[in-house]
Amino acid sequence: MLAVLRSFFRKVLTRGKVPRDPQRSPEAALGSLIPESQRFVSQIPLTIPDVPRTPPGLGSIQELDTMAQAQTEAKPIVTRNQAIGWLRQMLLIRRFEERSAMLYVNQKIGGFCHLYSGQESVAVGSIGVLREDDFVITAYRDHGHAIARGMEPRAGMAEMFGKAGGCSKGKGGSMHFFDAEKGFMGGHAIVGSHIPLAAGIAFASKYKGGDQVCICYFGDGAMDQGSLHETFNIASLWKLPVIYVVENNMMSMGTQLHRHSWTTELTLRGGPAYGMPGILVDGNDIEEMARVTREAIARARGGEGPTFLEAKTFRFRGHSMSDPMKYRTKEEAKKAEERDPIVLYETILKERGWIDEAAIDELHEKVKIEINEAIEWAENSPEPAPEALYEDITVAPYIPQE
Amino acid sequence: MPVLQYREALRQAMTEEMERDDRVFLMGEEVAEYNGAYKVSQGMLDQFGPRRVIDTPISENGFSGIGIGAAMVGLRPIVEFMTFSFSWVAFDQIVNNAANMRYMSGGQFAVPIVFRGNSGIAGCLGATHSHRPEAIFAHFPGLVVLTPATPADAKGMLKAAIRSDDPVIFIEHENLLGDKAEVSDDPDFLVPIGKATIARAGDDVTIISYSRSVITSLKAAEKLAEEGISVEVVDIRSIRPLDLETILTSVVKTHRAVIVEEDWPYCGVGASIADRIYNKVFDELDAPIRRVTAKDSPIPYNKSLEALTVPSVERVIAQVKDVLYRGQ
Repeated sequence: MLAVLRSFFRKVLTRGKVPRDPQRSPEAALGSLIPESQRFVSQIPLTIPDVPRTPPGLGSIQELDTMAQAQTEAKPIVTRNQAIGWLRQMLLIRRFEERSAMLYVNQKIGGFCHLYSGQESVAVGSIGVLREDDFVITAYRDHGHAIARGMEPRAGMAEMFGKAGGCSKGKGGSMHFFDAEKGFMGGHAIVGSHIPLAAGIAFASKYKGGDQVCICYFGDGAMDQGSLHETFNIASLWKLPVIYVVENNMMSMGTQLHRHSWTTELTLRGGPAYGMPGILVDGNDIEEMARVTREAIARARGGEGPTFLEAKTFRFRGHSMSDPMKYRTKEEAKKAEERDPIVLYETILKERGWIDEAAIDELHEKVKIEINEAIEWAENSPEPAPEALYEDITVAPYIPQE
Repeated sequence: MPVLQYREALRQAMTEEMERDDRVFLMGEEVAEYNGAYKVSQGMLDQFGPRRVIDTPISENGFSGIGIGAAMVGLRPIVEFMTFSFSWVAFDQIVNNAANMRYMSGGQFAVPIVFRGNSGIAGCLGATHSHRPEAIFAHFPGLVVLTPATPADAKGMLKAAIRSDDPVIFIEHENLLGDKAEVSDDPDFLVPIGKATIARAGDDVTIISYSRSVITSLKAAEKLAEEGISVEVVDIRSIRPLDLETILTSVVKTHRAVIVEEDWPYCGVGASIADRIYNKVFDELDAPIRRVTAKDSPIPYNKSLEALTVPSVERVIAQVKDVLYRGQ
């Protein structure tokens, strides 16, 4: 396939080398505008890298893993307390998600419900190195980012239940978590639609003369939306302090990466093509995630503009609760679970001597209790009053046009 | 009071509000160095500099979303569409993000943004460049939709829109940009959102209209006066929220209503207004409500075909006579 593409590009783009009539051809006219030294046209095909177009499976992740683990081992970038805090957050998210799955099956939670299990290290590692006054925005798989940003699990759970005590007063649901106080700018459910919002939030920071940054998460499916490409260009053009993180779980809903993207190397599509660094990172390695995010934050605060991070990861569950993941083999699922970011981090922390089995068990137990309490709180939170239907539509008094 | 063009009134509104509030800025295609494709923002770059008057790439969806994001954290962007026909490219941002953000965040975020630009069947622009987007945007709870017909309203309504804490779709008309009239120079001259105005008082028939069609309706009223027919013209100005009270008061007085709009008839603004009149004051009507709208076709390039579709003085006069049961 690649050979065919190359041959096509060569044919199309090298036409100018031997114009049939140099005096009259459009290429000859073009030549007068472009100095000889700048005629790169015929070289373009040579710069197209030899990119993989076959299904990557999990091989590429496995390689990354070995490398990244070694790095993590070599120089921990966090203190022991911070590391244990991160592990706790990942456990909290996992427990929240797995209990949500059960509650969804029991019809306590309605609508669409997209779980973050398996990707926790991406959110926790990157949000963990932000400042309190920075901003976080994400797509519809948003529970993990919200909790990583410090949202109370009970506010999230009540939102799932559609209760008045929910983080969006029961009007947003699973896909639309918000927490203004924490700078959590929402879960956004139209693929790619929040990518311009992130740039706008970053724009405001720059406009006001501040140095706050905005970090924006989306899945590999969003790489195919026009909003992303329009915004990446503007973000670089205006040097906006924004960090874009594609959580590449290699699934655009049920369409595998090699079937929805011309290349499986997303940094080719989202990084240098738009004048920003494109950095590939093993998203399942939490400290590696933190390290590259920290560098991106420094760039953003330093006025150097946006960074694009491709965090390779894997979701354990289907696109949403209604997706049985028939497109994924048992072997793939097994491999993914072997690379569970929580297990990986527990192992690393044990090897460092920062935590032992007993402490891990205790953490698990505490998280279990916290999520149980969150569920109980959500159950007891009141239903929104009927008047709430018309509340919070506009800031000015709202007049229903009925 | 100084006499200003409609476009100058718009510029004055933006300029005054930007002088008043540093959070207000203008962003759009060709608004800065080119001085505005329709010269609405002429001179603003010189006055405010590139931090606040910002040229964008031709990426309507992208820069509309950037405006919304900036508004979520406290700025007050004015996003110019070169024409509102291009707003369709940004439809997702406007109807999903601007309109819903406050609601789906449980009131945690406001989106104080103005999307503005001209619209309308402006003369041989063809189907893609002649849109009237008001009915479509007015469909969405959460948006405010304004359509000024005069230079004074252009200024007073735009100032009110910029000061509003909600997302405003501010739809100008390309053919009104050069209209001149007296405009207040009071820096706090605001036309309240959601208030209609009586553009001409009369007793026999109520014409309900907005934007350029108000001008057409006034011309028709002038001619009808020569025949002894007294027409009241209600300029609704605000499509959402709608000032139903002013409309109903006038209809209860005249007992006859004609709705004039440049948009298409099906699912249009006029259809919704007629529905409200029928539901609220059916017994007051002495004749069925009539509507004058654009013809239900894409907008043709050809000048004479295009003229057939735009509501004309003649078509308005015919419908006024129809509700009076006066044959042609």
